[in-house]
Amino acid sequence: MAQAGKIHSPPKGRQKESADQNLKIIGTRMKRKEDPRFLTGNGRFIDDVSLPHMAHAAALRSPHAHARIRSIDKKAAEALPGVLAVITGEEAALETGPLPCFANPPVEQRCIALGKVRHVGEPVVLVVAETRYIAEDAAALVKVEYDILPAISDMLDALNSSGDAVLHPSRGPSNIAEHRKYTFGAVDEEFANAAHIVKRRLRWARSGGQPIETCGAVANFDEGSGKFTIYANTSMYNYIGFTIAASLNVESHQLNIIPMDAGGSFGSKLFLHKVPVLAATAARIVGRPVKYVEDRVDNMMACDNHGSDRIYDAELAIDSSNHMTALRYRVIDDYGAYLQYGLGTHGNGFSQTVGPYRIRAVGAEIIAVLTNKCQQGACRGFGSEVTNFMIERMVDAAVSELKLDPVQFRYDNFIQPEEFPYQIPTGNLYDSGNYPGALKMALGMLDYQGWRRKQQEARAEGRYIGIGLASCQEKGVFSATEFWMLNREKGFALTSSPESVSIKIDTNGKAVISLHAPHWGNSPETVATMVLAEQLTLDPKDIAITYSDTDHGLPGTGPGGSRYTVMVTGAVAGAARILKEKLKRVAGHMLETSPHDLEFSNGRVSIKGIPGSGKTIAEVAMQSHMFRLSFPDDDLTSGLDANYTYDHPLATLPKSESDFGIFYPIMGHMCHMPVVEVDPKTGQVKILDYVAVHDCGTMINPMTVDGHVRGGTAQGIGTALYEEFQYDPNGQLRNASFYDYLMPRVAEMPDKIRIGHIITPSPYTEYGVKGAGEGGRMVAPPALAAAIEDALRPFNVKIDTLPATPARIRTLVRAAENQRG
Amino acid sequence: MKERDIQVTVNGRNAKKRIEARMLLSDFIRHELGLTGTHVGCENGVCGACTILVDGTAVRSCCTLAVQTEGCHIETIESLGRVNKLSPLQQAFWEKHGLQCGFCTPGMLMIMTELLRQNPNPDRAQIRERLNDNLCRCTGYEDIISSVERAVELMRAERGVQ
Ligand code: FES
Ligand code: FES
Repeated sequence: MAQAGKIHSPPKGRQKESADQNLKIIGTRMKRKEDPRFLTGNGRFIDDVSLPHMAHAAALRSPHAHARIRSIDKKAAEALPGVLAVITGEEAALETGPLPCFANPPVEQRCIALGKVRHVGEPVVLVVAETRYIAEDAAALVKVEYDILPAISDMLDALNSSGDAVLHPSRGPSNIAEHRKYTFGAVDEEFANAAHIVKRRLRWARSGGQPIETCGAVANFDEGSGKFTIYANTSMYNYIGFTIAASLNVESHQLNIIPMDAGGSFGSKLFLHKVPVLAATAARIVGRPVKYVEDRVDNMMACDNHGSDRIYDAELAIDSSNHMTALRYRVIDDYGAYLQYGLGTHGNGFSQTVGPYRIRAVGAEIIAVLTNKCQQGACRGFGSEVTNFMIERMVDAAVSELKLDPVQFRYDNFIQPEEFPYQIPTGNLYDSGNYPGALKMALGMLDYQGWRRKQQEARAEGRYIGIGLASCQEKGVFSATEFWMLNREKGFALTSSPESVSIKIDTNGKAVISLHAPHWGNSPETVATMVLAEQLTLDPKDIAITYSDTDHGLPGTGPGGSRYTVMVTGAVAGAARILKEKLKRVAGHMLETSPHDLEFSNGRVSIKGIPGSGKTIAEVAMQSHMFRLSFPDDDLTSGLDANYTYDHPLATLPKSESDFGIFYPIMGHMCHMPVVEVDPKTGQVKILDYVAVHDCGTMINPMTVDGHVRGGTAQGIGTALYEEFQYDPNGQLRNASFYDYLMPRVAEMPDKIRIGHIITPSPYTEYGVKGAGEGGRMVAPPALAAAIEDALRPFNVKIDTLPATPARIRTLVRAAENQRG
Repeated sequence: MKERDIQVTVNGRNAKKRIEARMLLSDFIRHELGLTGTHVGCENGVCGACTILVDGTAVRSCCTLAVQTEGCHIETIESLGRVNKLSPLQQAFWEKHGLQCGFCTPGMLMIMTELLRQNPNPDRAQIRERLNDNLCRCTGYEDIISSVERAVELMRAERGVQ
């Protein structure tokens, strides 16, 4: 059992570059390395790939949520000129196996439905043709007969379903995929001793990343070598790409995945499995390269990456001095038709399940159900955004039930700056933070008292203004150790989640950094360039970036879990250390001096303290590459290159199911304070002001951090107010288009998100960097829920369900008015 | 399938092709002419990633048939500046971080090109109004607005206006 509190003998870290040094490039708002190509239409996205003799695939989507496939008549489709193949699930399965699944026991999923469809939009047939137009024409000619099975659309129905309503009978006679209980700390005791217990039922609806680019792949199968080449906009190909090879029934060295620029992901392209396997399966069958790019409907119905969909029954224990002591919840999570990551989205939440507060014990009961919907995957926050919503809603519930002040209650319950590193009851560690400082900054920036006055004045005029407040954690840098702890049977208990770079300095002193993970809208090129330029005092213009494929890939877990900036910084710093040592050795020979007397300044290897002395890096590089015989015959080799693999900066093995060890310790923090006006007659919410204070430790580039804060907050606004995949009782997705699935446009955004930064560098990462990728979406929803609730205080409504759409708000207001009579 | 000859001017160059009558303008530009800077996000007119200019007017190329543009002047992202000579609008997006993944960016640049031709000094409200035509999932829009404001500045300086 993990004891919550300050850790007095903290684990030793491996930090080599401290945060308190004079930095020249890190910390500047350098313009992004990535941008010029995107600004001129030279990005390379998956649909831009065109191979000689390439054919095109389109999927026939299931119109039913749950049905047995009785027969498929493909004659008319096959007869259409230009059609190369019409592939059924049975035909695909002759050579292609189940898709990767990380739950144990697994839930079998096929790239093309085999025997049964389990959600609307699931591919039933894949048509390959000379053009996409012909493929879609032919798909429309395929006749499929179905025997309809009962569809499970409501997660509560899934708790009691049986017989034909069971999605995966081979996995047991019910739709409850997992039912697990976890106890961290003395939960029952804390509740028995509590002075107050606050209870709430909370509902978080399913939404999704919905990047503007869908998922796609172009695959080729080389009969001669038996090898697949797949271009795709996926991440994690250098981490678990071998599982795609396993699906395709080839050896891992017979698959090369080439990453493309991803037009946004927000988690949804964390690890594509179905799309690349579809394209590859088709390529092997038709013997030509095949492109399969989802259209928007495919993506919305079947991207395998819908977000969390949960009902919480939560209880919070508070002692007589208004300190929160324990949190207990039962959560039902609707995972949809498959379970690719097991309960990973709940394990993720365990990393910060007490929020920024000194809660000593946590009890969690997790019920994962399967329903006839698109399966869940990753969506900015990976489940922890819902944990944050739950914690903050419970805090606000306590504040309103006990008639306390929301600001003071948080101050009284925060983990204090001097208590780090701090262990939470699940065993995870928070490395550093200053939560009261962030709140104080937010209050000041917002002019909290000023808005409270304006709120009073507005009330007098019959207008409803509300001020929201949420103080949330942004866990950064996941370690894989937590994933399998959630599995009923542990299975493949991996503990690595590294990141690598390869750096080569060429004959002329120019550097090329190979990244082993893709670009998906973050700024990997900018970050790697800035760190290397800092290390070697190179001009950023002299650094180029490439992306390795799996053939040349070193261990790379890729962006996800707000880890990439931290990890790639560590990898570049590590590779730079190797390069610097060699540069100094070579320069030492050239200058007939000891390497210990040399340092780097302004692109030179110079004598310590004498800037402008010594040799330029280009001169040393030339010697290093071309003049081997100028050097004594020691173990110096020609060239200047380094590979470096940076492992997780601080992770420990799980000890038990009540102590997960350290798995997500690089802890960012955010305090958001929106001000909204709610029209109780229409239910419309308008954001009048918005302050966002973030702590992501040392910032490599404050400009891109701010970009993430704004973009993440926009998605959080969408999640809070608009976005929801709406399935009807028959499992039909009612809003599978951008017309119907509402995402924020600029009109839904406040004029400005006012950003503040508090900086508590991590003692464990290079330069003290923390993650910042998921931020805004992990805090805006509870902040807006609080603001709306505050605005509607005269009606005494509770915002316990998101999104708080106008219709939902109207329903609450109407009920309140009816009650009042 | 019915085929048709089509002749258009694309970024100042003449293009002549025989295509299926039903071919979308977005597919024509991207796959027949190889100008892949124009992107497709939703294929039903909502996101604006596919926006190009047809005879100077912003058009959703995913909802337009290529044959409808017979004889027209088409401008795409590729007609703006080059990597080492960005146009003021591109330069401004670079300086003000108006893009993250870059997928919506071509559409954004084209609607703003149209706006700035119609109105070289748009105020913030006017920029927001036009920006509301397109979706960006990465930036939260604010940095795009700042980019366009910066472009106005750069273009004024270029024209020598104080
Ligand atoms: S692709 Fe044309 S509007 Fe979305
Ligand atoms: S920059 Fe990614 S969608 Fe706009």
